Amino acid sequence: MNEKQPQVWVFIEQRDGKPADVSFELLSKGRKLAESLHGELKAVVIGHDMHSLAEETFRYGAQEVLLADHGDLRHYNTLPYSRILSRLVDEHQPRIVLFGGTFIGRDLAPRVASHTLSGLTADCTDLQISDVTYVRKDYSQLLLQIRPAFGGNIIATIICPDSPVQMATVREGVMEKIPLAQPVEERITPVPFEPDPTDELVRIIARHHEESKVNLKAAPIIVSGGYGMGNWQNFQVLYELAHVIGGEVAGTRAAVDAGFIDQARQVGQTGVTVRPKLYIACGISGAIQHRAGMRDANKIIAINSDPDAPIFSICHYGIVGDVMEVIPMLIDAYKHKLK
Amino acid sequence: MSYHSIVMVKQVPDTANISGEVMKPDGTVNRSKLPTVFNPEDKVALELALQFRDRYDGTVRVLTMGPAKASDLLRDCLYMGADEAFLVSDRKFAGADTLATSYVLAQALQKLRPFDIIFAGRQAIDGDTAQVGPQTAEKLGLPQITYAEEIVEAQGPKITVKRKVDHGFEVLEGALPLLITVVKDAATPRPFRATRAMAYKNARTLLELEKMTEANSLLYVDQLKEEYVSKGLFIPTMTADDLDVDPKRCGLEGSPTKVHKIESVVLGGSTHETIPANKDGMYALIDRLMEDHIFG
Repeated sequence: MNEKQPQVWVFIEQRDGKPADVSFELLSKGRKLAESLHGELKAVVIGHDMHSLAEETFRYGAQEVLLADHGDLRHYNTLPYSRILSRLVDEHQPRIVLFGGTFIGRDLAPRVASHTLSGLTADCTDLQISDVTYVRKDYSQLLLQIRPAFGGNIIATIICPDSPVQMATVREGVMEKIPLAQPVEERITPVPFEPDPTDELVRIIARHHEESKVNLKAAPIIVSGGYGMGNWQNFQVLYELAHVIGGEVAGTRAAVDAGFIDQARQVGQTGVTVRPKLYIACGISGAIQHRAGMRDANKIIAINSDPDAPIFSICHYGIVGDVMEVIPMLIDAYKHKLK
Repeated sequence: MSYHSIVMVKQVPDTANISGEVMKPDGTVNRSKLPTVFNPEDKVALELALQFRDRYDGTVRVLTMGPAKASDLLRDCLYMGADEAFLVSDRKFAGADTLATSYVLAQALQKLRPFDIIFAGRQAIDGDTAQVGPQTAEKLGLPQITYAEEIVEAQGPKITVKRKVDHGFEVLEGALPLLITVVKDAATPRPFRATRAMAYKNARTLLELEKMTEANSLLYVDQLKEEYVSKGLFIPTMTADDLDVDPKRCGLEGSPTKVHKIESVVLGGSTHETIPANKDGMYALIDRLMEDHIFG
């Protein structure tokens, strides 16, 4: 049941009625993909009292909203949400469906991909449309799903040549949120929802919401630490520097895994992508997954005792030395010059 | 009430030690060339299942899909306390993406019914996709609870689980049977039990027994298998023939995602300005950042 125009869909994620930033970032990217395909960009909104949120998607280029609005859908729940989306995908066969690489997106997307037998690539760092020759066959206008793989020595381009629907998840901050000056078209199509007994198989009995204390994406300066910081105590010096120069503290995947810093502050492919004015990389070797999350910073300072660390190849200012000695000197110099 | 759990585990390459040479021309990974480890979150999932068994009684079985080498992983599970281990292995399953993997695992799990809970790690460190758990649940028509941090309690046919969500947590009550994926903070894996390691160090999968007979013409697989079964040291192996699988949905052929291109990451020449790690260097750096309009 292919419709004439290829469709690009973005699942719009909401928590307590508030849209996730990543959904608007994906609409902005989806708009470009839809243009390349000469197709249409659609937003899928599931929730309750979602009309104004649905209208917000037009500002980011959605040409149509498929809206499932029902009291039972107020909070994300795997089974009803995946049932709705799977049925819509089966029915409309969009070429591309994009999800945020969030707890919700990563719970929902595989379920829908499994049901619809679609190819799904997690944590893409770039998406492009291109004609492809694969095993001596030509395919037109495939979605190139690009992501670092296998320890970061490799960048893989994944394609789904024979899958009618191509799905991908993308982490927050990877794509840029670009609102339109003028929304093009405004069409909300209601999607019927019939409650089903299976919707009750998993029930939410308590919810605890912590307003995120950190907003790395909005921070003009980020002081970031890697595994080379050695321990969490040494991270205190990064907090001190961040406090003095007015920045936020972040860390690499390795630093998070080692327990030096909270996962909410992770920068990189499987964390947040940031574009600050200044990024200070301390004790960070510079694996590709990390670089994917910070390479667009306006200026990068790298401090590392290993002169061959890959981080030096993308920094603007490189300091070879012991972080624990360099940072106190940097703090002193800043205080002396600017206070 | 006691509960029957199955833990899906995976042997993964130690991603810290990977180079371009381990990639095959078709873009899949030559796993035989890599050092391997127990996927960390799967180990946590096994620990959580064992703790659950300690609390409520019942059984814990483990299941993995992989090459013959994955037998080591299953012995590790037996050393930790799993009651039984199963290997799913066939050349036809090689090169599978998450969809083809979950299809085969779901077919294998069908053979292991009845079960109440399927545990799995949130994700494996070789792909970080976190897709196989939910996709397996979907294939089995089971509900899922992902990102579980804690099993609060089980009561009759219901389980209460605390799970992570964006900016906080939720407590969910789920009807059994269901599938749970587990984050690394959920439990600390117990060390191997010496008595269990002694008891199971000679446990062998069918693939390993076959290898033994290849090396020694006096041995016959069926006879050997019987001997290992009688000693309680046989690890059952399920191949494509043992499972009701459609070969078109397995392995590379059953995988909608294909690796189109692999590029080794080549670092460009460094063009950065070197700042000496001393007081003068720091002053100069502050000046440069003021010129860049970042400070001041």
